[in-house]
Amino acid sequence: MKTPKTPRPTAPSWPDRLLSWLVAPHLREEVLGDLHERFHRRAERLGEIRARRGYWREVLAYLRLSNLKRKPSAYSSPFFLSPVMLRNYFKIAQRNLLKHKGYSLINIGGLATGMAVAMLIGLWIYDEWSFDTYHQKYDRIAKVMQSAVVNGEFGAGEYMPIPLGNELRTAYADDFTSVVLSSWTREHILAYGDTKLTKTGNFMSPEAPDLLTLKMLKGTREGLKDPSAILLSQSVSEVLFGDDDPLGKIVKIDNKLNVKVTGIYEDLPHNTEFRDMTFMAPWDLYVSSESWVKQAQDNADWGNNSWQILAQLAPKADFESVSAKIKNLRLKHVPETAYMKPEVFLHPMSRWHLYTGWDKSGNVEGRIQYVWLFGIIGVFVLFLACINFMNLSTARSEKRAKEVGIRKAIGSLRSQLISQFFSESLLVVAIAFVISLLLVQLLLPFFNEVADKTIAILWANPIFWLSGIGFSFLTGILAGSYPAFYLSSFLPVKVLKGTGSSSRFRVSRFASIPRKVLVVVQFTVSVTLIIGTIIVFRQIQYAKNRPIGYDRSGLITITMNTPELYGRYNALRNELLQTGAVTEMSTSSTPVTNLNSRLIGFDWEGKDPNLKEQFGTVAVTHDFGKTVGWQFIEGRDFSRAFSTDSSGMVLNETAVRYMGLKDPVGKTVKWNGKPHQVIGIVKDLVMGSPFEPVYQTVFLLSYEWAGVINIRLNPNQSASESLAKIETVFRQFNPGSPFDYKFSDQQYALKFATEERIGRLASVFAVLAIFISCLGLFGLASFVAEQRTKEIGVRKVLGASVFNLWRLLSKDFVMLVVIAFGIATPIAYYFLHNWLQKYDYRTEISWWIFAVSGFGALAITLLTVSFQSIKAALMNPVKSLRSE
Amino acid sequence: MRRSDLGEFEEVVLLAVAVLVPKAYSVMIAEELERETGQTVSTGAVHAALQRLEQKGYVTSVLGEATAERGGRRKRLFTVSALGGRVLTEVRSVRNRLWDRIVPPTLLEWS
Repeated sequence: MKTPKTPRPTAPSWPDRLLSWLVAPHLREEVLGDLHERFHRRAERLGEIRARRGYWREVLAYLRLSNLKRKPSAYSSPFFLSPVMLRNYFKIAQRNLLKHKGYSLINIGGLATGMAVAMLIGLWIYDEWSFDTYHQKYDRIAKVMQSAVVNGEFGAGEYMPIPLGNELRTAYADDFTSVVLSSWTREHILAYGDTKLTKTGNFMSPEAPDLLTLKMLKGTREGLKDPSAILLSQSVSEVLFGDDDPLGKIVKIDNKLNVKVTGIYEDLPHNTEFRDMTFMAPWDLYVSSESWVKQAQDNADWGNNSWQILAQLAPKADFESVSAKIKNLRLKHVPETAYMKPEVFLHPMSRWHLYTGWDKSGNVEGRIQYVWLFGIIGVFVLFLACINFMNLSTARSEKRAKEVGIRKAIGSLRSQLISQFFSESLLVVAIAFVISLLLVQLLLPFFNEVADKTIAILWANPIFWLSGIGFSFLTGILAGSYPAFYLSSFLPVKVLKGTGSSSRFRVSRFASIPRKVLVVVQFTVSVTLIIGTIIVFRQIQYAKNRPIGYDRSGLITITMNTPELYGRYNALRNELLQTGAVTEMSTSSTPVTNLNSRLIGFDWEGKDPNLKEQFGTVAVTHDFGKTVGWQFIEGRDFSRAFSTDSSGMVLNETAVRYMGLKDPVGKTVKWNGKPHQVIGIVKDLVMGSPFEPVYQTVFLLSYEWAGVINIRLNPNQSASESLAKIETVFRQFNPGSPFDYKFSDQQYALKFATEERIGRLASVFAVLAIFISCLGLFGLASFVAEQRTKEIGVRKVLGASVFNLWRLLSKDFVMLVVIAFGIATPIAYYFLHNWLQKYDYRTEISWWIFAVSGFGALAITLLTVSFQSIKAALMNPVKSLRSE
Repeated sequence: MRRSDLGEFEEVVLLAVAVLVPKAYSVMIAEELERETGQTVSTGAVHAALQRLEQKGYVTSVLGEATAERGGRRKRLFTVSALGGRVLTEVRSVRNRLWDRIVPPTLLEWS
């Protein structure tokens, strides 16, 4: 500032900025003027340096409340939430919605769908989290479990030996309030008079009703202390006794145990671990009725791990410290298991549902992963819907720039415009919320079926309402914020003076980039979900098409659950064959669709001494092979013609490879010291999970060790006819139990339930994501077409063809979808590749899946966009150019 | 009229306005007071006093012309209102009466 001509001192500039920010507008002029004049005069008198030095004091002297206080406006502004204004805001909002019906429909529909999905997923997650909380001692109950490392692979199980329970009860009495031994929830026959039911239930120690805090409707929890008592769930009691008083009635279990009903408890809800336990009988009864259990209990057999142990912690104990105390119990009692590092631990009830399941290195791998997965999907779908909502609002905003200008010109305050825009978006969100509630109510039955749940809307839960309304409010505010703050800042002069094109320039240059990004994000999610769905279904189909080594159609199994069925094999078989409804019948220790016994104690020539061998072991009868239709590669089936076959053995292919046998037929395999001769090799039978490699399995001949009856139906008769005939035979042989049978093909199909559930949910979400994305695209396309009406008119007049125009309008969107596809491909590949690693028997991810998904997305895009662009291209240019 | 209505500084500022009329605005008043008292007086203090006086109705103000040294900003010019004049006179007569009652020997002792 040192120009030679006028060496005028200038006041420092910082006070100007400070004061013009702080001091009330109506005082600014005089205050700043005074300060400057004062500075000048002091500078003239005392010199610039001293004037500057004293200046800050002058400035500070102005910082008084009286100077800061703003002068009230001369015109009273209406309170921005006054009822009159509010009514006006909503009236305008309503008019706007009705005027643009298409937009409103897309906007509300899309948002409601997204909210409904998020709500469903939220309810599902809530249900998963609240699993087992029905039990009042939820945070004090644990399952006793044990883990081991076999051949470097971690495994944990809840099958426990009986003496462990007694040891916990006596030696650790301070740590546990109660310890409960339990059988597994299995099917048993309950009979009262002529009513015979097959119901699932447990045998449990007498403390169990108290541990699980059963809600007793009749009788007391003490009822189980009587060793010949039974507690029934309400539903079972109703079926058995109707309206009669059930207490004191005698019920027969499995046609052999007479027990007295001493209590009725409320059915356990669907989201509890023991939901299938429809009756509870005393542990002691179980012990006395089953010789193998009695043996294990009397001999304190630590080697038989076949039961479940539940425990309630003492009030002062905590899970970790007690787990640490009991860690080495199994090692102590069964030292020979040291090689597999067995550890006993407590698994708290709060983790039963979501954190049960461990991978090979011992990391938790439970349902919690699905909770996360679906949680993320829910957030994404909601996010897509919100994006659409905002996207359409921004697209629409240009239309309203003029409205803002006029409103401002006639005296609207900015705060009023902000309220106006907010009330509009809040109204839309509120409508969407109500519609989404209706949608959820409609969809819940279907959803419950797919997800195997009994979820209902939590009408009475304040958290549900709080989060639902809170979320809607947040969406409304977020979506409304762009028009509210950006549009309301327009200067009326510019908006009103400028022609349409200049104001468009102003709005769309700012808004079109984020809009494009949003479309890309949406389609990335959609394409990823399409690819995911295809691969999940391919994987299921791949496993379904796997050769399973036996014929599962027309095969039924009947559980042998009463003593009457044993020891009458030939009589039963002859009787069944005579009906003509059955072509073959046999018994086996396990159904062919479920390999549930894996045993040790095998030895053979050339066995690696370090191998801790384990074989799936199935006891069969001579007719088993013909019944299930297994196929021999080498050797022959069991035959009555060879009496030596009673110690014969059939191996599957995997077992031969596992044992490393060359020329296996005729070799001798010892099991628990007893030699068995290998007489044949069968093609692998898929008895376990169809996604896993077949387990090494041996088949032995035994008529005593039988668990199920296998029956091959006559293919020339209808199944219902055959079943009726079979039923009469069973009525005769086993009058005490209902005739319950299972079709093997249905049992086999159940193995795919988890995967099919994922597949169905993934496809539902994919469809929804695509639907929401398309709604957004449709809205945008129509917006763009409308915006370019004049341009299209001019182009048509100058000779553009419909095809030209269609290409012009569709090009941009196709580009976006291509970009989205480029992003989605690696993401989908990464996640699905990881997912497939879970399965040993898996399909590969082939390129055509990506191609199909890409073309599918493109086709859907073109369909959506073309509707609008062709409509625009076909318009008569005279009309579009004439209107101004 | 209660005494508390007019603070000492306010009284001096009001007097200065009366002296400087028609060119009484905060910068001039502050300089006048500095000259008379020999102490630094900030325009901010004067401005605040003037605001209070105007609120009480002892002065009235109009916006005057702009000058270059004010950066083209206008100044606010003050004149004493009738009410202000009456208050000043009243304050003065209270003082005079009291002065008159001081007996000469006491005055002699001070000097």
